[in-house]
Amino acid sequence: MLDLAIGIILGGCALGAGCAMIAGIGPGIGEGNAVAKACEAIGRQPECRSAVTTTMLMGCAVAETTGLYALVIAILLIFVAPGRFVKILLDAVK
Amino acid sequence: MSKSNTRFKIIDILLLVMTILPPVAGIVLKVLFVPHSDGIEITGAHVFASLDLPLMPLIISEAQINSWLVMIALAFFCLYLTHGIRAHVDTKRAVIAEWIVETIEKLVTENMGEYFRGFAPFICSILALSAFSSLMSLLGLFPPTSDLNVVAGWALLVFFLITYYKMKCGPLHYLKSFGEPVPFLAPLNIISEVATPVSMAFRHYGNILSGTVISVLIAAALQGLTNLIFGNLPGILGQFPFLRIGIPAVLSIYFDVFSGCLQAFIFAMLTMLYIGGAFPLEDYLKKKAAKTEKRLNT
Repeated sequence: MLDLAIGIILGGCALGAGCAMIAGIGPGIGEGNAVAKACEAIGRQPECRSAVTTTMLMGCAVAETTGLYALVIAILLIFVAPGRFVKILLDAVK
Repeated sequence: MSKSNTRFKIIDILLLVMTILPPVAGIVLKVLFVPHSDGIEITGAHVFASLDLPLMPLIISEAQINSWLVMIALAFFCLYLTHGIRAHVDTKRAVIAEWIVETIEKLVTENMGEYFRGFAPFICSILALSAFSSLMSLLGLFPPTSDLNVVAGWALLVFFLITYYKMKCGPLHYLKSFGEPVPFLAPLNIISEVATPVSMAFRHYGNILSGTVISVLIAAALQGLTNLIFGNLPGILGQFPFLRIGIPAVLSIYFDVFSGCLQAFIFAMLTMLYIGGAFPLEDYLKKKAAKTEKRLNT
């Protein structure tokens, strides 16, 4: 019975980590849009190349934040959460 | 003349040695004390010691040691660059040092305005510390920036600076800024205020850590692939990781070099933008002018 409970905890953590990374879709679309527009801008005005590139990288980094939140949560779910939840379970069983 | 010249050269060599010594010391420490792990093992920083303090134990980990090593190396490198610098004499290193200072000052005045010119050393040190901390993974050392505690410390420093510059027009002005544009949005404003350091820390840490995780996974996958393909070769050839030569290095160019330098630049850039944006310069100047006028009248 305890094995089953621990198995459910581990499986739940892995599933949660996978679901959390669905958030990667958002930054992907956003950064793609940003780079596409930057390419258009450079095509129109090649002399602004360096300024556009710098701004685009800044924007990409900021747009990436939500994806990184998801990444941090996924990493916590994989490396930190199982041990903690199993410990809580074992304490409760005692 | 020649005596002072030799002395100059000896100090020069000493400074260079002190620049190179910290990374070497880091590698030696890692080889001696960090347990060797094979295969997929993604762990945090190795804890060297923990000191018992009244509130909670102070943990001395690889991240702290490595960031101190970076700081020492950078300090001696700066001493080396400015050693024997004189006005109107263009030696090679003087030109490099001048280029660094001028570039950073230009960047700071462009992004923060003339008032914040004094911020250039701070921004430069954040940039250099962050970039070289991330680049430490090229030497096989634990990059301090992939530990959340280190980056969170920097982000907290930036948060204090932002609050300080917002407070500069008086606490009342600071409190009033939460009630803008409409007073009932105050909770959201407070959340976004707190979210600034959190997002800065998570962005930097997440980028470097994800690079590390992906590198480890790819190295492990390539090891498995080699075992599958070349596993039947006789003797030592069967265990030699052929595919692990060179291929991870290509990824390392993106994940370690490009991503590390980009994140350092972005961290410095966001620091500048947040601090510059937090300071209501016009209100401050108006207030200062009013104060001087009052003092002149009385």
